[in-house]
Amino acid sequence: MTTVTDAPPLAPTPAPKERPPRRRGRLTPYWLLLPGLLWLVVFFALPMVYQASTSVQTGSLEDGYQVTWHFATYWDAVADYWPQFLRSIAYAGTATILCLLLGYPLAYLIAFRAGRWRNLILILVIAPFFTSFLIRTLAWKTILADSGPVVGALNTLHVLDVTSWLGITAGDRVLATPLAVVCGLTYNFLPFMILPLYTSLERIDGRLHEAAGDLYARPFTTFRKVTFPLSMPGVVSGTLLTFIPASGDYVNADLLGSTDTRMVGNVIQTQFLRILDYPTAAALSFILMAGILAIVTLYIRKSGTEDLV
Amino acid sequence: MITVTTNNSAKNSTTGSTTGTTTSGAEAGGDVRLSGISKTYGSFTAVRPLDLTVPQGSFFALLGASGCGKTTTLRMIAGLEEPSSGTVFLGEQDVTNLPPYKRPVNTVFQSYALFPHLDIFENVAFGLRRRGIKSVKKQVGDMLDLVQLGEQARKKPHQLSGGQQQRVAVARALINTPKVLLLDEPLGALDLKLRRQMQLELKRIQTEVGITFVHVTHDQEEAMTMADSVAVMNAGRVEQLGSPADLYENPNTTFVANFLGTSNLIEAEVDARSGDEIVLRAGGGKLVLPEARCSAPTTAGGKVLVGVRPEKISLTHADEAGEIPAGRNRITGTIADSSFIGVSTQYVIDSPVCPEFEVYAQNIDRDPRLVRGAEVVLHWNPAHTFGLDAAQDIDAGIETVGPDEEAAA
Amino acid sequence: MGLLRWFRSRLVVIAGLLTLGYLLLPNIVVTVFSFNNPKGRFNYEWQQFSTDAWTDPCGVADLCGSLSLSLQIAGWATLGATVLGTMIAFALVRYRFRARGAVNSLIFLPMAMPEVVMAASLLTLFLNLGAQLGFWTILIAHIMFCLSFVVTAVKARVMSMDPRLEQAAQDLYAGPLQTFLRVTLPIAAPGIAAGALLAFALSFDDFIITNFNAGSTVTFPMFVWGSAQRGTPVQINVIGTAMFLIAVLFVLAGMVIGNRRNRQKA
Repeated sequence: MTTVTDAPPLAPTPAPKERPPRRRGRLTPYWLLLPGLLWLVVFFALPMVYQASTSVQTGSLEDGYQVTWHFATYWDAVADYWPQFLRSIAYAGTATILCLLLGYPLAYLIAFRAGRWRNLILILVIAPFFTSFLIRTLAWKTILADSGPVVGALNTLHVLDVTSWLGITAGDRVLATPLAVVCGLTYNFLPFMILPLYTSLERIDGRLHEAAGDLYARPFTTFRKVTFPLSMPGVVSGTLLTFIPASGDYVNADLLGSTDTRMVGNVIQTQFLRILDYPTAAALSFILMAGILAIVTLYIRKSGTEDLV
Repeated sequence: MITVTTNNSAKNSTTGSTTGTTTSGAEAGGDVRLSGISKTYGSFTAVRPLDLTVPQGSFFALLGASGCGKTTTLRMIAGLEEPSSGTVFLGEQDVTNLPPYKRPVNTVFQSYALFPHLDIFENVAFGLRRRGIKSVKKQVGDMLDLVQLGEQARKKPHQLSGGQQQRVAVARALINTPKVLLLDEPLGALDLKLRRQMQLELKRIQTEVGITFVHVTHDQEEAMTMADSVAVMNAGRVEQLGSPADLYENPNTTFVANFLGTSNLIEAEVDARSGDEIVLRAGGGKLVLPEARCSAPTTAGGKVLVGVRPEKISLTHADEAGEIPAGRNRITGTIADSSFIGVSTQYVIDSPVCPEFEVYAQNIDRDPRLVRGAEVVLHWNPAHTFGLDAAQDIDAGIETVGPDEEAAA
Repeated sequence: MGLLRWFRSRLVVIAGLLTLGYLLLPNIVVTVFSFNNPKGRFNYEWQQFSTDAWTDPCGVADLCGSLSLSLQIAGWATLGATVLGTMIAFALVRYRFRARGAVNSLIFLPMAMPEVVMAASLLTLFLNLGAQLGFWTILIAHIMFCLSFVVTAVKARVMSMDPRLEQAAQDLYAGPLQTFLRVTLPIAAPGIAAGALLAFALSFDDFIITNFNAGSTVTFPMFVWGSAQRGTPVQINVIGTAMFLIAVLFVLAGMVIGNRRNRQKA
């Protein structure tokens, strides 16, 4: 009593009756998305619009501001603060490269060489997060103090003479110089480099190393031709996670630097919170945002990993 | 207790449909009945409108290559997929609009889908608990004993082997005593030896509990070993339905002929009719085909595909052609290749009517002259011949190792 | 020659450990200086050993108040961001809907934006709306920038989940709510927990966005910032050290429990 009928394609009887799609579940994604997206639209996207509008306003605190399409604010901001912009890019770029150079060996160590110490080292990388980064940044004031052992040693080895000549330190001091700021930035964002690097290194099958060795690759060649290319996703997201926050940072420049090491973040902060020149601050912030987005987009295109999101 | 009567008459297949004869409706209380159900995704049709009845208590297999719509059909019975049209009946009840958790149907999923955060006991008890049954201990224990996993009750799924996980999946579904148990490629993840063992195991369990099993598989051997009746699916439609032996001996389409085992298909021309037999012309020779075994229209001068299974054929060296009894279909050719595989020897014959004719010969008395290049005569009993509509693709259903194999899944 | 080879084969280990030292040095300094007894207002130079600060961690005005405020904000921000973020993550992985690309960008952008830009623009909004800066504006800001990180963490976990598990639950008589509570949530829990932990850490330690949007409200990082100008009490180091130790102990305890559980089962 098993029957099968292939409904003949030409005979429309009995025509399969079309059923209206069932209602359940159609709207669920929108309900799930709504509150969170609303939050982002109102408190992230909308502020950007307000900021764009503020940047082309003129007026004063007393009389209020009006949108006058005063684009000169942008030219003035660039003309007045281009050194700070350049410094931000230079400091953040240097810190990012240093983070990569310092972070890669540690990530590699955790992924391949740590054995049973792996989890402990991972904890030690993450745990400092729980001590406020301001407190840790202040500790660098002690470490790099003028009379401290670090500066003493650098002085004895005449390293400071070289760095002074290069213009990244001043005299016998390290504090209040570009070196201190870059050192602080590197320190602060190092974990953001190590963790993505570790994640992508950890995914690499250890047998690939053996296979490369089997195919006559020396250890360094193995690294250059196998390990490093495979860790590229980690390198890309690590550099972005380091560069982006570093370029907008003003804490390190403020605590460890001097007026000669001010970055664009410092200017925005001062304009906004002390001088209360909102249009200039908004314009600066807008330029920084556009610059970062341009760099990030270019970088992601170039490195060919667009699946970061 | 199942009777499959598929009508193979040639007239019927001209409309492209096969209609089974239903012997009685009295016991239809637990049948699964699909009436005109179809499934489309956008412009892609996964399942064409189809009617199908699975009788209560039977072991039913849906067989087909990946992407043929068999899993979609199964999921529509389970309620995991909403049919674009048509109705699903369980017994007399229309369950088309019931969500899966309200259907008295359970599924053994492909790669099992055991809950990783629950141990074996809780996995098996899941369905009972959801239906508000408090004391599950005895029942779960009995069920685990049935699948021989009593010892493993407190282990997590990942601590079990593939075969054990498979049995947990079966136990988890069976404990709910569903009206129908659906199995979606349940043995696909196991190695060959274990698969054989589990086939017997599943068959044993089915006989023991007497629940209707609907089994989806792409493995024709698996379907034929386990099922009482098999529906061969291709491109969203059921090509043919019947008992395994019936499908094998009387394929209605080239797809079924090629997908189940191997068939030799020869293009022939209808010459004449004599009584119950049709006489055909292929190359220079004549072939005889019983009319009852031909599913194609036979007008004189028309084309027909003549099929014969490789094991039905005898091989005789050309020097002894005279000793072949009269009345047998015969073809001449040259041995192109032969491979010895123990129980039999498989020959590939190069013949004017068919370039790669396959013959499986039992290794009883091996003729040492049957080597590559030897001239031979192939002959078989005309009763073993079947006829197919020549308008079809002669290679349909031949398994090829291609990139689409995986992608279609 | 032998020494050179030994050195070369362990070059990565040595370089890695040096980096680890660089990472941990400030924490060591913070810990050591929590036992200092500085002469002036600033705690930058070692004077003499003292446990005064440890016996009286709240001995500085407003310090513990700011700490408790930060913990409260971090708690609420974690709750808010985790709930909203988990919902978004599920929608992104499990459903088809229009404008998926736009939604993805909206979630990615806050992570690709320097904090100072978000901080400044959010302040512009609050000023334009005439909002009273304080607890609520801080909380709003924190939920905003934690949200994306939670989405990313939860999404990764949900993506690796087999959708058949939920179908299996439905097949076994679990309705939508039961399926979510008994199967989806327990399996997604590690991802949600990771997202929540990240949100807590980000919120608790946030300075830049808070600095712009706090008005006269003082969170713990704001207190530290202020003290960097006026004078750094030793108690700051005590709290920093305590947080570090609590975090390490927490994770170690979790690992030990996890290990023991695994061993029992194996």
